[in-house]
Parts: sequence; C-alpha cells; structure tokens
Amino acid sequence: MMKLTAEEQAMRAGECGPAAQWAIEHQIKVGEYLGAHDFVPVTQAHVMADTESLGAAGVEWLERLAAQPAERRRLRVPTITDPRGTDFAAAHRLKQQPWMLELERRAIAAFETLGVLMTNTCINYQTIMAPVFGEHVAYGDTGVVIYCNSVCGARSNFEGGPSALSAGITGRTPRYGYHLPERRRAALVVDINHTPRGLDEWGALGAIVGRLAGDYWQVPALTGIDRIPTSDEMKHFGAALASYGSVALFHMVGITPEAQREGDVGAGSDALPRHRIGKAEIESFRTSYMSAIDAVDLVVFSAPQLSLMEMQELARMLDGRRARIPLLAVTSPQVKPDADRLGLTARIETAGGMVLSGMCFYQSYAREMAEANGWQRLATNSAKLVNIIGGYGYKPALLSMEACIEAACSGGRIAR
Amino acid sequence: MSATIFYARSAMGSKARGAALVAKDGFSARYDLDRVRGIFSRPEHRLAGESYVGRVLVLDAAKGGVATAWMLYDMKARGVVPAALVLNAVNPIMVQGAALAGFTMISGFDVDITQTIPNGAMVEVDPTAQPPFIRLL
Repeated sequence: MMKLTAEEQAMRAGECGPAAQWAIEHQIKVGEYLGAHDFVPVTQAHVMADTESLGAAGVEWLERLAAQPAERRRLRVPTITDPRGTDFAAAHRLKQQPWMLELERRAIAAFETLGVLMTNTCINYQTIMAPVFGEHVAYGDTGVVIYCNSVCGARSNFEGGPSALSAGITGRTPRYGYHLPERRRAALVVDINHTPRGLDEWGALGAIVGRLAGDYWQVPALTGIDRIPTSDEMKHFGAALASYGSVALFHMVGITPEAQREGDVGAGSDALPRHRIGKAEIESFRTSYMSAIDAVDLVVFSAPQLSLMEMQELARMLDGRRARIPLLAVTSPQVKPDADRLGLTARIETAGGMVLSGMCFYQSYAREMAEANGWQRLATNSAKLVNIIGGYGYKPALLSMEACIEAACSGGRIAR
Repeated sequence: MSATIFYARSAMGSKARGAALVAKDGFSARYDLDRVRGIFSRPEHRLAGESYVGRVLVLDAAKGGVATAWMLYDMKARGVVPAALVLNAVNPIMVQGAALAGFTMISGFDVDITQTIPNGAMVEVDPTAQPPFIRLL
C-alpha cells in the first residue's frame, strides 16, 4: 500500500475535484503494481498524445476531462506535449485525411482547455527547458526520458500519456524505478572499441546495446567512448537504446554525470555481465537493414525531431542538389522559426525537401500515409525510426545523412 | 505430472479466459501491431501475421515506446483487443496502459512463462486471486 500525505488523501477523496481524484487513483494503481511506497513531487510533465495513439476513444476521454469546470481540473506543474500527428500546414501534401486532422484539432482543443502547453516536441531538452541534475520529472517519449535521465541526471520513468497528464494534475508521481537511487546502478557493462561516427552509427550502437539490455529495468554502463559526444549524438544513441531495449537510463563512464568513474554506478563489479562492441557489430547491424532493398521511395529525417544543427547540416549537404523522391525533414515548432529566419528551410526546400514542424513521422498515421502516397521503402539516418516503421508496413534502410541525400538525389537508388 | 498453474508477482484487472498466443518475444502496441486488423504486423516478430483478438498473449517483456499507454484503451473501446496480457517482465508503460484501460495483466513468475504455456492452450488468468495466477484448463 502506498503511503499518502494529507493532500494526497484529499485528492483521492475528491476534495480537489474529479480530475485530481481520477489522476491520483490512476497513479496509485500504477505505483502499487510497480512497488512504490509513496509519491515524489515533480516539476514538469511531458505528455505523449498523438491521435494515432489516442484513437477516437482517447480523444473522447480527454474531452471528458476537459469538460470539468476550470477550478476542478487545474494543472499543478507545467505540462508540455510530445509531437502531434500532423503538421497542419503540410497535411495535404502528406495526403493525410480530413478525419485525422479533425481528431487532432479536437485533441489540441482539449489539451488547451486543460492548460497544457502545446510544445509538440520530443527534443524539449534541446529547446524548451532541460532538467537539472537530480530533478524529478514526469516525461513521456522514451527518447526524452533516456536523454534527461542519462545526460542531465534527472529522475524520470517512462510516463505514458495518461500518467504524464496525471502527474501534471497532481504535481507528483509514484516513487518507483528511476526515481530511486538504487535502481540507477549499472546492470551490465558494454566495452566500446569503436566510437561511432555519424548519427546513424550512434543510433546503431544504441540499438545493439538495447538488444543486449533487453528490458526496462536493465541499466547499461558503457566504457571506451573516446570523446565527449554531442547533444545530437547522445539524442540518437539514447533514442535507439530506448526503442530497441525499452531502456530508460544509461551511463557512459567518464562522460555522463553519475558515472565519472566505473565504481560510481557499480560498473566495476566482476559480477555484472560484460559485452564488447566494435566497428564490425555496428556495420553488421546497419547492413541487416539494407539487404532486402536496393532502392527507396522516400527519405525521412525524424525520430527524434531535428535540432537546429541537424537542420544546418542537412541544408549544407543539399546545397546545389535536387531530391528526386520525397525528402522529409521533421523538426520542432521551436527550431522551425529559427530555421526559417536563418534561411535553412528555404535551402532544404529549394533542393526539393519538405520541412515539417511539430509532428514526428511514425506518430503521424504512417500506415495511411504509405497507402495514400505509394510509399513502401524508406531510408533514414534514425535507428529508432528503422525499428518502429517496419510494423507500419515499410521496408527501412539505415543510412548516413549523406547517403540518404545521395539516395534522394539519385531517384531512390541506394549506393553500395 | 507437470504444473498447470503458475503464480505471478503483480496483477491488475479482472478474470479472463482464452486460447494462449505464446512467443519468446516482446510486446509493444505501436511497434508490433496492426491495431485496425488486429494482427501482429512487425515482420521480425515471432507472431507476425497472427490475430491477437480475444487471445491471452503470453510474451517475454514489454518493449518499445510510450504509445501503448493510450493504445490499449482505444483497442479495448473498439473491441480489437487481446483477452489478457501475461508477461515475464513489464515496463511502466504497459502498467499505465492496463490501468487506464481496465485491462487484465499479470507479470513476474518464477519460471519463464513463455516456455511453460503451450501455444494454443486454453488458459484462465485470475489477477484477483492471492497470489494471482495463470492456469491451463
């Protein structure tokens, strides 16, 4: 049984309104299943709620919550959102259907009524407000959680939409998993003898480590990375690790803040399983996603959304080139205005690319877009996207950003 | 005589029965399912092409992203949903999704549950029992 404070008991009794009552009941169910003894206050919540996931039932559920009187459903901490299921400005070019847009509009209206900040981003740690070391938060999007836990030293579990919204309403979350110091110790050690080059290689490394880790409760500690990775490299590594392994925290010895030395996270213990990954394993992983196809129908840069630096790199590589198949570059609503102002959007679109904002490719009715556009084979530099998109009927290839552009400019042909 | 009942450490939801659909593989509603047709759609998944509707899914570990937390609710509302989920290991998302949807789920066994329940066997899952269990009928 979870121990509740007087305020939490009042919420449970309905004294703070039906929204808080539902939210804390939901959190108690989750907390008791996962062994939480009490709640921990959080400072931010981040809600994943694209309508492809919500469905009509989920949107109706949100609308019922939003229909409560304002004083009965207030948020206690700033609550922001993960990408939406469309970029309204480009929906017609993606051949998304009116019913999808209508569902999105209804979800947005409900969130806005609740007072949620529609940031629509999965890179909030690069664009909105990164958490500080030790800060307890309730983040959705696995890529956000793993980056903030590992690189920033924040404390979060994977909080799906209903739970993140609950945390926004109650201002707290059950204290289990990665809110507990003892859960943050290494469970396996991975020795790296090839520091990746390029975001696709960082993603491939994340994928391999994710497969080794296997489930949410395993924390890998990496040794042997011979330089400090950039934020974008950590982003792609973490997103793939979370995607392939459902992993929420990693350590890089000498790099991430909780693991300045192996012993800080117990990674020096001989009792832990130890693995080795080199260039051959990374190359083998990449080729495993290329053997089935020699050409693609589109190129997608997404999952996670592109930073301003990725947008600049993409624009630079596309200068003077011309994409002959669809090339989608998906960024956040915070980066997009800067990309516009700095001329990056224009450079990408002059080369035939399409810059999209506030959505993510796989969260945007990917199956229906494939059917409407005749898309089947997809190239990307995102290992996370490669992992997800097969379930939506695509055949993916994991390539470097440069190779993706070469494929786009040669009508889809993949250079061997 | 081999065991016919297996006890779980954690559970939620109500009693459920159905034919078991078993694989030593993970589970994510976003990554693995065509939720419109009610089948496993990821080509690499061991259950690719199989219908999960009304089946008791017996799988290894919860995988993938956060979307399952919403998806189970919508799947249940549309009636294109498994009867129950039985896992060796859960992640928080699966628990959150089951809590929202009122979905039957049990997890955590002393054995590898995917190696003990035969595929296609009729089973009963009782998350209300102390301790909760899955048993062969």
